[in-house]
Parts: sequence; C-alpha cells; structure tokens
Amino acid sequence: MPGQVPLDPGEKEIGMALDVERELAALKDAVAARPGPKKKLSMVVFSGELDKHLAAMIIATGAAAMGMEVCMFFTFWGTAALRDPSKRVGGKNIVERMFGAMLPRGRDRLELSRLHMAGAGTAMMKSVMKKKNVASLGEMTEIAGQMGIKIVICEMSMDLMGFKLGEMVDYPGLSVGGVATFLADAGESSIQLFI
Amino acid sequence: MAAYQIAKSLDYKGLKCPMPIVKISQEMPRLTAGEVVEVLTTDPGSLSDFPAWAKTTGNQVVETTQESGVITIYVKKG
Repeated sequence: MPGQVPLDPGEKEIGMALDVERELAALKDAVAARPGPKKKLSMVVFSGELDKHLAAMIIATGAAAMGMEVCMFFTFWGTAALRDPSKRVGGKNIVERMFGAMLPRGRDRLELSRLHMAGAGTAMMKSVMKKKNVASLGEMTEIAGQMGIKIVICEMSMDLMGFKLGEMVDYPGLSVGGVATFLADAGESSIQLFI
Repeated sequence: MAAYQIAKSLDYKGLKCPMPIVKISQEMPRLTAGEVVEVLTTDPGSLSDFPAWAKTTGNQVVETTQESGVITIYVKKG
C-alpha cells in the first residue's frame, strides 16, 4: 500500500502472531460471554390424567429441590386440573358450559390414563398412595408454590374451553400466556419436557 | 463409622419420593457451610437421589449406612 514502510519478513511474522493472539483472546471472551442453558426446567403439561399430573409434579418439585428454576405450562386437557371446584363463574355460552361440565372440575377429579375402570382403579391408586404416604397432587402443588415453581396457563386453551382465570385455583403468581412464552422459556432451559 | 459433629438429625422416615430431597433442599439454607446433618429415611430411592441432588446443588454426601430398613445419610453443606 502507498505510504507504508514495507515490513521485513521477521517483523511480518511477529505481526501475524500478535493478530492471531488478539483474535483468539477476543474469541475466548465471546465464548465466555455467550449465555449457556440455565439450570432450568420447562415443562408442558398437555394431558389431563392423574398419573401424568403426578409424574409432572414429582419431576417439577424434584427439579426445584435440585436448585433448578421450574416453569410449567398447562395447556389443553391439563388446563382442567387447575380449576377450583369451589369457584363458579358466569357469562359462559352453551358450548363453554358443556366443556365445563364434561371436563374434570379440578385436580381431584382427574382419572388414571389406564385402569381407571369407571373410577375403581383411580380410587384404588389414590388409596394405595395414601397408605404408602406418597404426597397427593394437592400437597405437591402447595409445595410447588412454596418452592417458587411458576405455572403459566395457555390462554388459547382457556379460551377454547371457556375457562376463566377467576375459576382457577389460587396459586402464587399464576399467569396466562401463549406459545411464545413457552418457547422463549424452553429455549433458555437445560431441560424441556412434554407430559 | 466415623464420628461426625452432627448439627441436626432429620427424621424423614416414611416419606416418599420426592419429599426426602424436597425437604433436605429446604433445610440447606438453615445451615452454614461445613455443617453435617444426619438424615434418617426409609425411602430406597434416596440411596441414589441424595448423591445426585448433592452433586447438582454443591453439597456433599459424606457417608451412607443402612440398618434394618433405615438408611442413614450424612449430608455436608457445601
């Protein structure tokens, strides 16, 4: 290039080596600064069955016990489990009232995915769990709340089935969201589950 | 069995998964680093759960013994 003093071969090599070192240092800084996956669990609870909800709560509380941040997204059939049977809301049309009547009114009405046997199987399972001192869904949900596990309800599912936030259980920080809320959360989590 | 200075003895007998590790995780903030607690449990899953929990939370299982159905786990706060 005009105006530049030409480097002799030795200086040129040193110059290149310094450039490489500088680039390497810059790369190392960039890698260290990159956000890695957080110690976080993102879980979709899609199903509406007792056994699946139990598994979901055991995993969620276990993860929180291990120091992970946990966010559970209740969608579709899972939404029904969050209903509070003691709360009633009005203003529903006929289809929404039908959904409300046909779907389980809260976690205590969930059925086993297999061996429900018109209620006998589910009752037996609950009885065995109680005898063996396994925490119930209600107990685990309360613990989840104490441990700061976040629950987000799928807004679209609530809209489809006519559920209102006012008929859901009291849970610390219970909020409503869409698919992007889940995906953003899942994208920065180290574990993602679909139950 | 070595003698430890036990800060506390925690009776988790009868509790089932996930309660033993949930409870120990709630106990940790009440301890200072280096303190050892003695956990008594009847949950066989705890044999593998406690070391796994300790590894991810930066604590330590210093010893585990088993006698007539009761598992004793010594947990040291990291």
